[in-house]
Amino acid sequence: MHNSKRIHRTSTLLVLRALLLSTPLLILGCGKKDDEASGERVEFLNVSYDPTREFYREFNRGFARHWEEKTGQRLNIDMSHGGSGRQARSVIDGIQADVVTLALAVDVDALAERGLLPRDWQSRLPDNSAPYQSTLAFLVRKGNPHNIRDWDDLIRPGVRVITPNPKTSGVARWNYLAAWGWALRHFDGDEAQVLDYMTKLFRNVPVLDTGARGSSTTFMDRRIGDVLINWENELLLALADRGDDFEIVVPSVSILAEPTVAWVDRNIDRRGTRAAAEAYLQFLYSDFGQELAGKHFYRPSNPAFLEKFEHQYPDLELFTIDDIFGGWATATERHFSDGGVFDQIFQR
Amino acid sequence: MEAKKTMHAPKLHRFRASSVPRTRFATTEHPAVRWLLTGITVTFLTVFLLFPLFTVFHEAFSRGMEMYLASFDDRFIRHSIKLTLMTAAIAVPLNLIFGIAAAWAVTKFDFRGKSLLVTVIDLPFSVSPVIAGFVFILIFGAHGYLGPWVEKAGIQIVFAFPGIVLATTFGTVPFIARELIPLMEAQGRDEEYAAMTLGASGWRTFFKVTLPNVKWGLFYGVILCNARAMGEFGGVEVVSGSISGRTNTMTLQIQQLYFDYATVPAFAVASVLAFLALVTLILKNALEWWSHR
Repeated sequence: MHNSKRIHRTSTLLVLRALLLSTPLLILGCGKKDDEASGERVEFLNVSYDPTREFYREFNRGFARHWEEKTGQRLNIDMSHGGSGRQARSVIDGIQADVVTLALAVDVDALAERGLLPRDWQSRLPDNSAPYQSTLAFLVRKGNPHNIRDWDDLIRPGVRVITPNPKTSGVARWNYLAAWGWALRHFDGDEAQVLDYMTKLFRNVPVLDTGARGSSTTFMDRRIGDVLINWENELLLALADRGDDFEIVVPSVSILAEPTVAWVDRNIDRRGTRAAAEAYLQFLYSDFGQELAGKHFYRPSNPAFLEKFEHQYPDLELFTIDDIFGGWATATERHFSDGGVFDQIFQR
Repeated sequence: MEAKKTMHAPKLHRFRASSVPRTRFATTEHPAVRWLLTGITVTFLTVFLLFPLFTVFHEAFSRGMEMYLASFDDRFIRHSIKLTLMTAAIAVPLNLIFGIAAAWAVTKFDFRGKSLLVTVIDLPFSVSPVIAGFVFILIFGAHGYLGPWVEKAGIQIVFAFPGIVLATTFGTVPFIARELIPLMEAQGRDEEYAAMTLGASGWRTFFKVTLPNVKWGLFYGVILCNARAMGEFGGVEVVSGSISGRTNTMTLQIQQLYFDYATVPAFAVASVLAFLALVTLILKNALEWWSHR
């Protein structure tokens, strides 16, 4: 008995060993087959932030056509969407993005820090690599039942404010900085009062989603909250679709947000897609790209197109991040690093 | 757990039918109590199971059959279905082999570290799938332990098909083994000993005695494992990178469509998943019926 048991034990071990050895082979084999299935088309990946879904869906069709006419090369342009910070994290962890089109310059900077692209990336394209701009506004339920007019209304007791998490989302950082900027002006630079305002503001936030689109669905579909702070383009899109349920409230001041774009040198050089990646981003500045940006409620960086779409943007005073915070690097270090001002506010 | 009980049920029934007098009611409780308990159960099932299921199909068909069918005329949705089926087609056989091997080793042999093995098999049940996903990023990501090696070999593991298979396989490891271990434990080793006394080799004993004894439990485990593999979300979400048409499985595509404000297609894909789950349940019941004959 003892002997046969030992024999059994070895054969079991053999089976297990064979399994362990064959598993990676199986997986790799299948991975390869998947790649081949796509044929002669060149795969191209744009890793973007949340509310650009509709814009890039249309833009990709246009660029693929343009590129095939020009070079004969057929592109399969795929998209990945999510909170800007999280998307940058995925690119750092190895997602093979040819280009990134993110909500914040600082998220692209994070890639530069890891050597994925040069540190001076922002000067490679016009307008600080921001082919379109946007700002923030409020969305409230029809009739504005809580009578929300400006930033100070957001801290009234009982008003529930929906904004994503500044740790993962680009627009959430813009939201935070816009609120801070308004408060700084409102309280004549008294930081203690600004901190108090920010604390009250985040106490009124019941849900922190990871990205802009998550917050939109929380507010619009799940019907949580009284006011949503989000991208102007995201709100105009929502209004175009469901104008009967909501209305936009424009605060007295807001921040000029510059979503930035860059090709990821390390990936495109390995994959041989540099020409397409550079052309793709330059195409954003073309008449086609600018027109499309305006159509999807972004503010085109080309003044001619900005003027053309002027009527659709609410009239409000805009400050830039450089005006108040001395640029992204300083703002990130002070407010959004671990243990930074946001963490302190949120834990209060 | 229930399945195993029912699998031995035939003998039990025969015994009870002859020796216990039949009564009209199963219990002697007051009718009001029985109605109350039945009512609570029915309400619970309706609110938590039937109503959500109904909602999925209702939303999917809310703009008519044509819109529903048109949803599937989309390369991203079709790809997500294909990807999900391919993932399950790899993850389930892997776990089938592993599950049988593990259950066999645990129940028919004594060795050191056995309880450790049983604990490890259960790990995916207790670890959040999200953490499992992150573990694979930490191993195979660009800055992971094996990242540079994987990159040099020109293979993409995370944010690609292999990563999705890994995360799914990890999440579904316990299903088959967990189904087999109690069953095989209850059966004991006597039949195997008898086979060996008669001179059967280890392999022969396994294929002629052990395996036929557990085949219904095995089928059931495979069905459950498959259902879980197709419905996996958390772990896959972390390793997938959510690229429509490349790495979005059905569950991820549903989320993506919902965020794209494409409600009908989102629920259309969800209805396919729910339909697959229903088929799974019907299969399970059919199997139980077959095994009782």
